[in-house]
Amino acid sequence: MTTVRGGGLYRGWMGSLWTQLEPLLARVEKPARYIGCEDGAVTPDYTTATNATVTWLLTYPDTYEIGLPNQGLQVLYEILNERDDAIAERSYAPWIDLEAEMRTADLPLFSVDTHRAATDFDVIAFNLSSELVYTNVLNCLDLAKVPVRCADRTHEHPIVGAGGHATFNPEPMADFLDWIGLGDGEEIVGDVTAVVSEWKASGSTDREAVLRKLSQVEGVYVPALYDAEFRDDKLIGITPRFPEVPEVVEKRTVADLADWPYPKNQLVPLTEVVHDRLSVEVFRGCTRGCRFCQAGMITRPVRERPAEQVRTMIQEGVRRTGYDEVALTSLSTADFSGITEVVKATIDDESMGCGDVSVSLPSLRVDAFTVGIAAELQRGRRSGLTFAPEAGSWRMRQVINKLITEEDLYASVEGAFSQGWRRVKLYFLTGLPTETDEDTLGIAELGRNCVEIGRKYHSGASVTVSVGGFVPKPFTPFQWFGQNTIEELKRKIYLLRDEVRKTKGLQMKWHEPAATFVEGMSSRGDRRLGPVIEQVWRNGGTFQEWSEHFDVDRWTEAMSDHGLSVEWFTYRHRDEDEVFPWDHLNAGLHKDFLWHDWRDALNEVGLEDCRWTPCYDCGACTGYGIEHVVASATPPAGGSQGTGQDLATGHEIPVALGVRPAGVL
Amino acid sequence: MTPPRKPQVRLRYSKIGKIRFTSHRDMARIWERAVRKVQLPIAYSEGFSPRAKLSFGLALPTVFESLAEYVDLTFDEPVDVDGLPGLLNGSLPDGVKITGAIALEGKVTSLQECVESTTWSLFVDGDVEQLTAWADEVLSADTIEITRQRKGKDRTDDVRPAILDVEIRSTAGANVVQANAEVHAHLAAKPRALRPLELLEINSPPFSLVLGRRVHQFIAPVGARRDPLAIGAATAPHSLSCVS
Repeated sequence: MTTVRGGGLYRGWMGSLWTQLEPLLARVEKPARYIGCEDGAVTPDYTTATNATVTWLLTYPDTYEIGLPNQGLQVLYEILNERDDAIAERSYAPWIDLEAEMRTADLPLFSVDTHRAATDFDVIAFNLSSELVYTNVLNCLDLAKVPVRCADRTHEHPIVGAGGHATFNPEPMADFLDWIGLGDGEEIVGDVTAVVSEWKASGSTDREAVLRKLSQVEGVYVPALYDAEFRDDKLIGITPRFPEVPEVVEKRTVADLADWPYPKNQLVPLTEVVHDRLSVEVFRGCTRGCRFCQAGMITRPVRERPAEQVRTMIQEGVRRTGYDEVALTSLSTADFSGITEVVKATIDDESMGCGDVSVSLPSLRVDAFTVGIAAELQRGRRSGLTFAPEAGSWRMRQVINKLITEEDLYASVEGAFSQGWRRVKLYFLTGLPTETDEDTLGIAELGRNCVEIGRKYHSGASVTVSVGGFVPKPFTPFQWFGQNTIEELKRKIYLLRDEVRKTKGLQMKWHEPAATFVEGMSSRGDRRLGPVIEQVWRNGGTFQEWSEHFDVDRWTEAMSDHGLSVEWFTYRHRDEDEVFPWDHLNAGLHKDFLWHDWRDALNEVGLEDCRWTPCYDCGACTGYGIEHVVASATPPAGGSQGTGQDLATGHEIPVALGVRPAGVL
Repeated sequence: MTPPRKPQVRLRYSKIGKIRFTSHRDMARIWERAVRKVQLPIAYSEGFSPRAKLSFGLALPTVFESLAEYVDLTFDEPVDVDGLPGLLNGSLPDGVKITGAIALEGKVTSLQECVESTTWSLFVDGDVEQLTAWADEVLSADTIEITRQRKGKDRTDDVRPAILDVEIRSTAGANVVQANAEVHAHLAAKPRALRPLELLEINSPPFSLVLGRRVHQFIAPVGARRDPLAIGAATAPHSLSCVS
């Protein structure tokens, strides 16, 4: 099969679905979503593929704009294409307009790289970022002409896998996913490739055999090889059906990020996407110990990328892509101990390329020092600066272990306004354990005080308070907490909104409580939710993470049609003896550590960051024999947040704060 | 004292193949990155949010190909104009190729203002006889009224003056599947442009567009029409091949 360049309407194109797809693209919104051709895209060479080559379709179950920038998918795309025994292409959920055209034309899901049919691939692997994309996964499978249920698939169908943050409770999707990769995917995809390659080369048609072999790969969970036992509607346990299948599946953790300098060729889209800049991951894992945060808990321990490697990745990336904006990504980038070295190198480096490069830190820690760094790095003050205090009172922040004092917040906000920013955004959660109305109204007060600070510098200073409903997540100390009801969330939001209205310059945004409710259903759900998810999908419930398509009634109806109680899954407080649907998975944290931390939370006891204070044996490091990889034993300067520092003095600030604009106090 | 004028270069480029599905705004971003990738000394605008000084001509509708798109670039220092196509083509996506480059001297009218008319190859799936009849009807009409939305209101205009010529050609050699014929149209860009899709809707003909392609933009009235690169007395457009 030859590879031919050029448009499909020209005679001579062979071997892909492009000729059938092209006429449809003239009829849909944003057709550039479907053409591929991005800078950095790999054109696979199928001419050298053998019977043992494993072809992967890495699929992001949301639109191209959201899926393309996803770093995880890009990293695995590169790693697989570097291997001799694998080829990887990419796919994204078609928007509803193209989907309708595809179904009418009987055109299956296709890869954007070569427009190859999804059924031609050996493995289809999804990135699961949140519970609300579950129905998109089913829709993509259906479009791919793969039976949505594992049990209906034969050896002729691709093997369906998934990875990403939402896999740490994969049970609601157990009916639909053949395998799930827990933790870091870099090594998992290599091992899965080896297993599938051997199975293919052997000519075997025994699908169960390859799934059993996959269950032997560290980090891979195969739901079909486990029985979920229920008694009186309660989960008793999830146990292996075969002797070689592990009782507990351990997540995979790469010890050293320096071994994985990916992406080396970040994809540069031809069309608009949500994060359109160069991204460099500076570390993985987080030990701040914020009790609501699943991402922080399940990615421990911390593994930093060496500062020198960060610097070269920025430099080479900027030169290659032509981007003038770089984002340093992690769960809390200001904690990156190499931050000052990277800042200095980026500012001083004249060989960085044409023009100035603007570096942004997506999640700012709340302290004035960090704002100073941001001022140095960000060329424009175009968008606002974002902080995440998460709770409206000091008491509440101790409960959630986000130990930011009011003084810290005001100092940071003042730093922002005084250095030219005009807009500040503050993230909060509502529906937290032990929350009172006083805590809720505390949010308005913080916001009001921040507006007042801003007014000292700009008459039009504005503060936006953005409030999301809290969903208790697996593998966090709050996994025993019953989620607030929709009514309760609404009551708190309206209470807060009425208070916020009183202050000019203060705005409020909030996440739809009904969406929070649906996330909560799946977050701690079990296999019984499979038929519910399937029904919602069959009734047209795709793109539930888009507010214009979200419909809570589809979900509540499906629950009641299957005799399942929303109260039981979402609102109920769990007891210490509860068997969780994720107890047979291990993210590294001891369950008794989490229970102990839950009790501490209820007693308003804070817990310090273990990178720089003594270990409290959560289990993550001791379990894997890995220690935190940090460049410096000294915590970054400034601020409280459990580093045990003296707020009055802190550390010497190595980077000068920006000069205040003329005419400002 | 006015600061010295910064060097400006006008480029002509093609947009052929899959890239035709990107929008005009997408192209602006693509150009900005391409220029940065080869480290050209492109000038930036002043102010809060500096933007690279690239000035585009008439927008090409998404989904259309083109052999004749133009962009004016402003630089901070002089550049090797002859070498620009070779330098930049490697950084542009597949299907985008620079086919001409010229230094702009003195004060230059913007592309938006100086283009008078455009020609189009519109490959359609209609029957050649029906098409010829349709074209004759269009050309022999004294007036043709169409209603278009402008600024939220419906406005009816006589577009016949904007139709400078319509010719029906066979598709032999064009290699466009599903197309039986080509409507080759010459349309005015001023005072109000007629869009190729609007032309094809006149008198509701029984055919539809399979592939559209802009072929030329001209900067002088019909009789003395010239390529936008052919401005200034002594300069001639660089003769790189026009077709991909």
